[in-house]
Amino acid sequence: MSEKTLPDNKGRFGVYGGRYVAETLVPALDALYEQYKIIKKDKKFLSEFHKDLKDYVGRPSPLYFAKRWTEILGGAQVYLKREDLNHTGAHKINNTVGQILLAKHMGKKRIIAETGAGQHGVASATVAARHGLDCVVYMGEEDIKRQSLNVFRMKLLGAEVVGVNSGTRTLKDAMNEAMRDWVTNVDDTYYIIGSVAGPHPYPEIVRDFNAVVGEEVIEQSINQIGKNPDVLVACVGGGSNALGLFYPFINSKEVKLIGVEAGGLGLSTGKHAAPLNDGKEGVLHGMRTYLMQDDAGQILETHSVSAGLDYPGVGPEHAWLKDTGRAEYVVADDDEALEAFKEVTKVEGIMPALETAHALSFVRKLAPTMENKQSIVVNISGRGDKDINTVASIEGIEL
Amino acid sequence: MNRIKTTFDALSSNDSKALITYIVAGDPDLETTLNIMNCMVEEGADIIEIGIPFSDPMAEGVSIQKGHERSLLNNTSINDALNLVSKFRKSNKTTPIVFMGYMNTFESMGVKEFCKAAASQGLDGLLIVDMPPEESTEFSTEAKNNGIDVIRLIAPTTNISRVKEICDVSSGYIYYISVKGITGSNDLDSEDVKQKVKLLGGETDLPIAIGFGIKDSDSALSVKDLADGIVAGSVFVDLIGEGGDTITKIAKKTKELSAAIK
Ligand SMILES: Cc1ncc(COP(=O)(O)O)c(C=O)c1O
Repeated sequence: MSEKTLPDNKGRFGVYGGRYVAETLVPALDALYEQYKIIKKDKKFLSEFHKDLKDYVGRPSPLYFAKRWTEILGGAQVYLKREDLNHTGAHKINNTVGQILLAKHMGKKRIIAETGAGQHGVASATVAARHGLDCVVYMGEEDIKRQSLNVFRMKLLGAEVVGVNSGTRTLKDAMNEAMRDWVTNVDDTYYIIGSVAGPHPYPEIVRDFNAVVGEEVIEQSINQIGKNPDVLVACVGGGSNALGLFYPFINSKEVKLIGVEAGGLGLSTGKHAAPLNDGKEGVLHGMRTYLMQDDAGQILETHSVSAGLDYPGVGPEHAWLKDTGRAEYVVADDDEALEAFKEVTKVEGIMPALETAHALSFVRKLAPTMENKQSIVVNISGRGDKDINTVASIEGIEL
Repeated sequence: MNRIKTTFDALSSNDSKALITYIVAGDPDLETTLNIMNCMVEEGADIIEIGIPFSDPMAEGVSIQKGHERSLLNNTSINDALNLVSKFRKSNKTTPIVFMGYMNTFESMGVKEFCKAAASQGLDGLLIVDMPPEESTEFSTEAKNNGIDVIRLIAPTTNISRVKEICDVSSGYIYYISVKGITGSNDLDSEDVKQKVKLLGGETDLPIAIGFGIKDSDSALSVKDLADGIVAGSVFVDLIGEGGDTITKIAKKTKELSAAIK
């Protein structure tokens, strides 16, 4: 069986994935999957989705050759997949454009979403505004503080932003709260999960809607590089931008897939968000996957300079790709990410999101070890405007 | 000996209903939990559900979330909860105890290890909130091997064919969730519950307990004739959260609910 046919009909990628939710949600997830199976083959739906990706999101996003940076790194040719140029500034919009059509198709009136960096919240609020649906976004109080710009954007778009005060007050707690809302309002509400995480069928749906990224790269590589790239690199929070890039290449075994997790203050300090590197198998948010947890099975507090990577779990397909060895997962810590953020901003005039900067930081190490005739494609999952406040405050600058 | 069956059989021969009460192990500490358990039994509780604290209790409302948080301040573990059962069993050999919690904490102890230890300490049933039948192969087998009932949830959203499937793999009793929502919800609609529970009764011989939204004698009364038992949780966890003379307050509340349904 080729890995591309996963998940199975129970949503499993090997032992990972599945559907670990309270009974109230099982019928809702069944209904969602039934609808999804129909629309994913429906020509009308697909043409609407692709039209929105083109006219509203601005796809295809360019594959940009980073000439100056490549010269500085002195090795492989580095190409940037410009998801930062999408409407709303990140890859997250690809998924929300798809899921909002699904929501409308199912006759839902109200959209809810969880968000960490605020990018998925903004992307959800954006499509809800466009389709005239109510939108409530759950966001940890900690993240509301460090991503205030995106909070204001969501409000301007007409969404209600609900601060979450429980647990660690970050993305995982926002997801708990969104789940609680969904259980309560399951009849009229559609929950747009923002990464390849959560109970089946979300990991599959979110992956499929983001796969346009990798599909474009296949074509662009043929035209611009003349063949498939040798290595694909992307940051991994829940894992949607990485899987969007990786998935269409899964069966092209000659292409190396590398995901970069948030190393926070360093793996050895325990203050990080790298479950694939330093976690173990468990169950959270409806899925079986690698988790950061203690010996008693309690989920640990995570740390990352980037809110979008500050999550103790990871999409189940990544857990599977790791175990099978098809993809490799490394870490970049806060400092390394900040260095890469600055370098790429200065050298290429492209200011990446702090999440993305983790991927770029690994490219800095990798490119010099490769040959000139080889190439790397790195997913610029988002732009850095939202992170200006964070970077300034690290530098001790008040804006 | 199966205490859950014995309890429901005795109640039904008296034409009486089960009062099932829920508190979180170690909220605010294990000694208090043990005292509350004994007090509840004294005031008319027939079955006690013990919540196993988890960092991410996705199906709980604010009241019970806070109970979990208070308990985790002392790092209450699943082993602590098992010790609690064994202490309780020293003086009480008849009242069934059910653990209610989330998959990850049980699994991290090991499914087999947990079920074995639980049986030897005197646990009777297990309700894992985020474990629908599709994901419970290992638990079902191990629980059965050790004589522990696996209690399952049925929700207002569960359709009839699924009700059948769930009933087929349940034991002990069926927990009917009376509202779409999380624990501590307010808007219990007894007409709706009546219809659903009637359907449910046609599919199983197991006793049916109704939970979510029951907090006083009125709400208890409104559903008591529909099923074999009622579950009350958030109201007790709130009383614990208030502090003060917890035991007295819990005794009074247990008595109120018991009087309403007996
Ligand atoms: C720009 C950007 N990149 C990456 C991520 C991480 O998410 P994922 O791993 O699902 O791509 C986020 C999440 O907020 C983001 O905003």
